Amino acid sequence: MASSVTPPKTLLEMMHSHTWRQFQKNRLAVAGGAVVLLLAGVAIFAPVLAPYDPAAYDVKQILLAPSPAHWFGTDQLGRDVLSRMLFGSRISMAVGFVSVGIAVLVGTLIGTVAAYYGGRVDEALMRFVDLMLNFPRFFLLLTLIALLRPSIWVIMAVIGFTGWMGLARLVRGEILSLREREFVQGARALGAPDARIMFRHILPNALVPVLVSATLGVAGAILTESGLSFLGLGVQPPTPSWGNILIDGKANIEIAWWLSAFPGLAILVTVLAYNLLGEGLRDALDPRLRQ
Amino acid sequence: MLAYLVRRLLISIPLLLGILCLSFLMLKLAPGEPTIVQQDLQARATGAQRETLRQLYGLDKPIYVQFGRWLWRVVRLDFGRSYSPDGRPVLDKIAERIPITLGLNLLEILIVFALAVPLGILSATRQYSLFDKSMTVFVFVGFATPDFWLALLLMILFGVQLGWLPISGLRSLNFEYLLFWAQVWDILSHLILPLLVATVGGLAGLSRYMRGSLLEVIRQDYIRTAMAKGLSRRVVIFKHAVRNAVIPVVTLFGLMLPGLLGGSVIIETVFAIPGMGQLFYQSAFSRDEPVLMALIVIGASLSLLGNILADVSYALADPRIRVSGKREA
Repeated sequence: MASSVTPPKTLLEMMHSHTWRQFQKNRLAVAGGAVVLLLAGVAIFAPVLAPYDPAAYDVKQILLAPSPAHWFGTDQLGRDVLSRMLFGSRISMAVGFVSVGIAVLVGTLIGTVAAYYGGRVDEALMRFVDLMLNFPRFFLLLTLIALLRPSIWVIMAVIGFTGWMGLARLVRGEILSLREREFVQGARALGAPDARIMFRHILPNALVPVLVSATLGVAGAILTESGLSFLGLGVQPPTPSWGNILIDGKANIEIAWWLSAFPGLAILVTVLAYNLLGEGLRDALDPRLRQ
Repeated sequence: MLAYLVRRLLISIPLLLGILCLSFLMLKLAPGEPTIVQQDLQARATGAQRETLRQLYGLDKPIYVQFGRWLWRVVRLDFGRSYSPDGRPVLDKIAERIPITLGLNLLEILIVFALAVPLGILSATRQYSLFDKSMTVFVFVGFATPDFWLALLLMILFGVQLGWLPISGLRSLNFEYLLFWAQVWDILSHLILPLLVATVGGLAGLSRYMRGSLLEVIRQDYIRTAMAKGLSRRVVIFKHAVRNAVIPVVTLFGLMLPGLLGGSVIIETVFAIPGMGQLFYQSAFSRDEPVLMALIVIGASLSLLGNILADVSYALADPRIRVSGKREA
C-alpha cells in the first residue's frame, strides 16, 4: 500500500480483498469481533432475552445465590441480576459508541483543519490539544459530571469531549504524510480541485487508523463509564448499568459475591473483545504498525 | 540543552494558565453556586445572609475579577480556605493527605518497575514461548480488568472469605493500643490490597512496553555485531541490549509524575484511603471550589513538568536524540 500509485478508494473496498484475509488469519481478533457482534445482539434484544423484568423487585427473593431460576442470583431488592445485566449492556454500548462518535467527529475535524490550513491555525489548534492533554482527565470528568448532575447524555458528552485529542493528532499527522504521497501528487497533477483531493483521496485513507483507534476507544469509554458509574456518577438507579450493579456488590460484599463477580466479568469480556478486535484491525489494515 | 529546558518551561506557562482559566470558567459557569449548596443545608438562611456570604467569597464580582484575584493569591501560594463547613486553609487540607497518596504511589511505582523490567526481558528474550504467551494474556486481561472490580474480588477473597486482610481504611480501630511492630504490620496489611490492585494495571502496560523496547533493540545492527564477534548471548542481552532498551521505559517515570500526587480516585474510594483522590472526589461533590482549583493547579503543573522531565531524561540517556532550541525537538 505504501508505494502503490492507485490506493484503495474506499474503506469498503479495503475491507474485501487482502485486508479481510489478513484479518481472518488472526483468530483472537475474529473471536473479539464475534463477541462484539454478540454483545450488540444482546443489547438490541435485551427485552426479549431477559428472563425477568429488570425493575421488578420481590421481597421474598432477596440476595439469592445463583441458581437455575436466577442464573446470576438476585440483588438486595430481589431483582434478577442477569436481567439487569442484559439491560445494562445497552448503557455500556450506547455510551461506548456515542462518546467515541463524538471524539471521532471532534478529533477528525480539528486534525483536518489543523493539517489543511497549517501555519498559525495549526499552531493554535495543536497548543489547544496540548492544553487538553495536560488537563488531568479524571479531574475533568469528575468535576464536569458533579457540576452538571449525572445523566447518560452528560456522561456520553463528557467522555467524548475529553477524549478526542489523540485522534486529532493522529488525523493531522496522517493527513500531513498523505499529502506528500504519490497518489495525491498524481491527483493534483491531473488538476483535481482541493476539496476533491481532501475528501476523495486524503480523508478516506486517513480514516483507516481512525477506525482502529475508535475501536480501541470504545473499550476505553466502556471502562471509563463503568468506573464513573461505580463512583455513583454514571447512569442513575433504578436504570441498571454494569457499574451501578457493582455499587450494590460493594454494599453487600460480605454476603453476595455474585453481585460483584458477574457485572465485572461482563465489563472485562467486553473491553477485551473490543481491544482484540481493534488490535486485529490495526494489524490487518496497516502493515506499518504491525509489531 | 539548557536553552531547550528554558523554552519548554516557558511554553508550559501559557498552557498552565489556559488550563486554570478553563477550569475556573467551568466551575463558575456551571449552574448553581457554592453558597447555595451551603444555604440548602441551612433552611433558615435568609436572602441577606446569602448576599453576605457571596460578598465574603467575592462571588458578586465579575468572573474575570474573581479569576484575577484568585491567580494573584495563588502566585503568592495562598490557596484560600475551603468552602466546606470546617473552613480550614486549603493547603493544610492537602498537606495532610499528600504523604498518604505519595507513599502509596511511590511504593506502587517501585514494585511495578522492579517487576516489569525483568518480566519484559524474559518475554522478549523468549518471544513466542509459553511464558511470553501467558504474559501476553496477562497484559490483555490486565488492560481490560476494571480496577475497582479487581479490588472488590480481592476484598471478597482475602477480606471476607479468608479473613486475612482488612478491606478498608489505613489503620485498625485498636491501632493506638498496639505495639510498634504490630502497628507497622497493621498499616502494611491495610496497604497490601490497594497496592496489589494498583500494581496489576501498571504492570501490564510497563512489562509490555519493556518487551517491545527490547525486541526493537535486539533487531539493531550493533546487537548483531556483538553476537558476530562471539560474545555470549547472556552478555549481549544484558550488557548491550537491556541497557539501551531500559531507557525509554525509565523515561516513562516522568509521565507517572501527575499520578504520584494525584492519586487514584477509584482505588482510594474503594478502599476508603484518605488520600488526594478521595479529597478530590469529596470536593467535586460538595463543590469546594478553592480545594478543587488547588488540586487542578497541582495536577496540571505536575503533568506539564512530567512531560518535560520525560523528554529531557530521554535525551540525556540517549545521545542519539538531539534536543535543540527549535520546535519539534
